[in-house]
Amino acid sequence: MIVSLCLLLLCQLAGEAMARAARLPVPGPVIGMMLLFGLLLLRERLVFLPREMRNGSLAAVCRGLLQNLSLLFVPAGVGVVERLGLFERYGLALAVAVIASTVITMLVSLAAFRLASRLLTRDDDTAEIMQ
Amino acid sequence: MSAVDLGLWVYLSRTPLLWLTLTLLAYAGADRLSAAMRRNPLANPVLIAIAVIAVILLLTHTPYPTYFAGAQFVHFLLGPATVALAFPLYENRAIVRGSLLPMGLALFAGSVTAILSAVLIARAFGLPKLVLVSIAPKSVTAAVAMGVSNSLGGDAVLTAVMVIITGILGAIIVTPLMNALGIKDWRARGFAVGVASHGIGTARAFQVHPIAGTFAGIAMGLNALLTAILAPIILRALGL
Repeated sequence: MIVSLCLLLLCQLAGEAMARAARLPVPGPVIGMMLLFGLLLLRERLVFLPREMRNGSLAAVCRGLLQNLSLLFVPAGVGVVERLGLFERYGLALAVAVIASTVITMLVSLAAFRLASRLLTRDDDTAEIMQ
Repeated sequence: MSAVDLGLWVYLSRTPLLWLTLTLLAYAGADRLSAAMRRNPLANPVLIAIAVIAVILLLTHTPYPTYFAGAQFVHFLLGPATVALAFPLYENRAIVRGSLLPMGLALFAGSVTAILSAVLIARAFGLPKLVLVSIAPKSVTAAVAMGVSNSLGGDAVLTAVMVIITGILGAIIVTPLMNALGIKDWRARGFAVGVASHGIGTARAFQVHPIAGTFAGIAMGLNALLTAILAPIILRALGL
């Protein structure tokens, strides 16, 4: 478990370092995700990679983190107590903007995804995914 | 309260231990409640936990920085959790590889829509520039959105709150909305909620179906990247 956690942190650290050094607007953890994905693709070929990447240890740590992903947003959300005044003043406008924008964004992404996949594949190809 | 009790409270309320414990307790309780209500989207564990903690902080007059000194240990894990998304991505790489074009198109369309619609609607209500900038990156994961907001002259704390509200909303809306539209493609369902509502939407998608969760996770990661690039461009184009 320690090695697996180290792997996650090392990928994030490398990602942050690369983002800073190259002045990329890309967030460090996102680069870290790509790095870990690259390592996983190579895990059978690169013998020096730690065995935790193959024996299910890393898998368990990742699953544990992702199963509790919503917990991690709680501290930032509690920040609402700092901005109660803003919400009193602009609450209605903010609510309309966020609700409408979230629904529109979901519908637009959905429509784009469905349109492109319908152009690409026939229905029987995607049948297994739809189950 | 006697002097001894008050002394104990003053001591404990300043240590990270108390607020970290409260954060985990509130979430554990909220998660139980959500499970007892058969994961009804309205019983969103994040929403319940935040409400409980916020009320406690207000009643005890605890400043947010004091709370955050303890809760930061949980907040920190957002980074490693983003890296961990590589794992479901790897496990489902065959399906992902077959969906690259739909993903690219949905990502770009969704990312632009998320920024533009939020800012334009808020501007129509005459909200000040500070709020408009702060709301622009609302659809991406908290740490990234706060960074984007900060670098563009927004209010990072307001951004974080808007991010969480967007996430909770998406998580509540997505299942009824997709069912009403008759969408059975788990890839599309997951991807749409990941673009619109980042990690909280992703958490909800994982509850519903592993494929939906994987696609939501990819969408969340890629949208964090794209929004960091697009938000400054779009805001400049709008003259903000």
